[in-house]
Amino acid sequence: MENQEPRRAAELAARLSYGRLLAILSARSRDIAASEDALSGAFVKALETWPVRGVPDNPEAWLLTVARRGELDRMRANKRAAAAVSHIALLEEERTMLAAQEMADERLKLIFACAHPAIDESVRAPLILQTVLGVDAKRIAGAFLVAPNTMGVRLSRAKEKIARAGIAFAIPETEQLAGRAQSVLEAIYGAYTLGREAADAGGPSQSGLALEALWLASLCAQLLPDLAEAHGLFALILAGEARRKARRHPSGGFVPIGEQDTALWDRRMVADCKVALRRAASLNAPGRFQIEAAIQCVHLDREKTGMTDWKAIATLYEQLCRFTPAIGARLGLAAALSEAGRAQEGAAVLEALPAGRVETHQPFWAVSAQINARLGRDAAAQSAFTRAIELSDDPAVRAFLAARQAQLPH
Amino acid sequence: MQYLMLIYSKPENTVQQDDTQNDAMGSVWGAYTKALIDAGVMLSGEALHAPSTATTMRMRGGDRMLHDGPYADTKEHLGGFYILNVPDLDAALEWAAKCPAAPTGAIELRPIVEFTIGG
Repeated sequence: MENQEPRRAAELAARLSYGRLLAILSARSRDIAASEDALSGAFVKALETWPVRGVPDNPEAWLLTVARRGELDRMRANKRAAAAVSHIALLEEERTMLAAQEMADERLKLIFACAHPAIDESVRAPLILQTVLGVDAKRIAGAFLVAPNTMGVRLSRAKEKIARAGIAFAIPETEQLAGRAQSVLEAIYGAYTLGREAADAGGPSQSGLALEALWLASLCAQLLPDLAEAHGLFALILAGEARRKARRHPSGGFVPIGEQDTALWDRRMVADCKVALRRAASLNAPGRFQIEAAIQCVHLDREKTGMTDWKAIATLYEQLCRFTPAIGARLGLAAALSEAGRAQEGAAVLEALPAGRVETHQPFWAVSAQINARLGRDAAAQSAFTRAIELSDDPAVRAFLAARQAQLPH
Repeated sequence: MQYLMLIYSKPENTVQQDDTQNDAMGSVWGAYTKALIDAGVMLSGEALHAPSTATTMRMRGGDRMLHDGPYADTKEHLGGFYILNVPDLDAALEWAAKCPAAPTGAIELRPIVEFTIGG
């Protein structure tokens, strides 16, 4: 029993401090892989030592010191004398810093290095999850639908690139900050959508990745308080998470946003979402994530007004299309126009989309089916529903579309 | 950090000797090189003759196998290089963005391995 407390302390320190410690350890060497080894060595030592000698006053400082010593031992073993000398100076510097009880938060620098444009886009989000949150490669691979070995190789290749190519652990200069931050935010949003899909398909046990993305978005909003889009992304993810329980019937059936039971929405997350969006708006720098969050907020207002203001949503989608060329934005516009009683215009938006790119895009066929049904083009609606059902991976979505298709006049 | 900056460009955008039409192009490269020198970031740099003048050699079974042409036949070819000494990749990318070949060709940045003597 007496061993449980230090074990829990070590685990808690691991969970809360992993990213902070890894960021500090790797900031100068840029060698993430070596710092990960040193840090996990320190955690092992904590699990051995703390149950015997008790938990130190400052567990993070203890872990950092042990990890640094581990690095130093390895340098000595490798006879890298010059490196070891500068490392000793670093240890001394950190001892002073820790004595002052202020541990610099280097996580943002680490995040910017992981999402550097010179790093392949597909590995940015996995890299951030692993380095900042300590999520293990196997779980990341599962979330990103990639074989564990493949993901492991991609992650080590990216770490090698950061270490060797001289990618700075630094917050970009003001004129580049917004652009560089965009790739950070997009990586986090990518992780979130993946996590949400997994959670919707697999139930609450699959909610991990979505919540981790929410946590990362909140961290970015906190570390980049002057960046409107950081608050916009946080608001957007909060809006999505607030509605988690309402997206599915207890039976597992899919429920579209306009028909969700508002009593199932998480009130606190809805309130936090609106606070984050107001903060974003006060910075007067509109962007993609803020507009998407604003669209969500119009939906969330149904809780009070009992109706969905599709006109407002259509206007917001028109703005969104100016910020992003993404097909999803134009599909959203088409659907909103249709709901706002402008189905004809919605159909025109769909027709303007590049046929080659939407042919196998499930959301296109789902929206096309709804618009054609509204316009009374039953044959076109029939075939669009069939195509959308064929292209859906999620059985709940397939069942929902089949029910809508059955309502068409025969 | 030291980077090898490889400049890949279309033939018409590279400096060739004995070609008076390239005067304007030459002065653009001259100005770029001067900017690198003035900033104290250039360790070396050269322009190369056309890929048609290249010879590629492999030793196979003790014999020299020669190929009349560059290692890789590509639309954009290696026209020259610089070796830069800058703090990090972002600084190297800043310089790459200013390179006259950047708008039409491609610039590859390769970090140079630094060996520590006696280390």
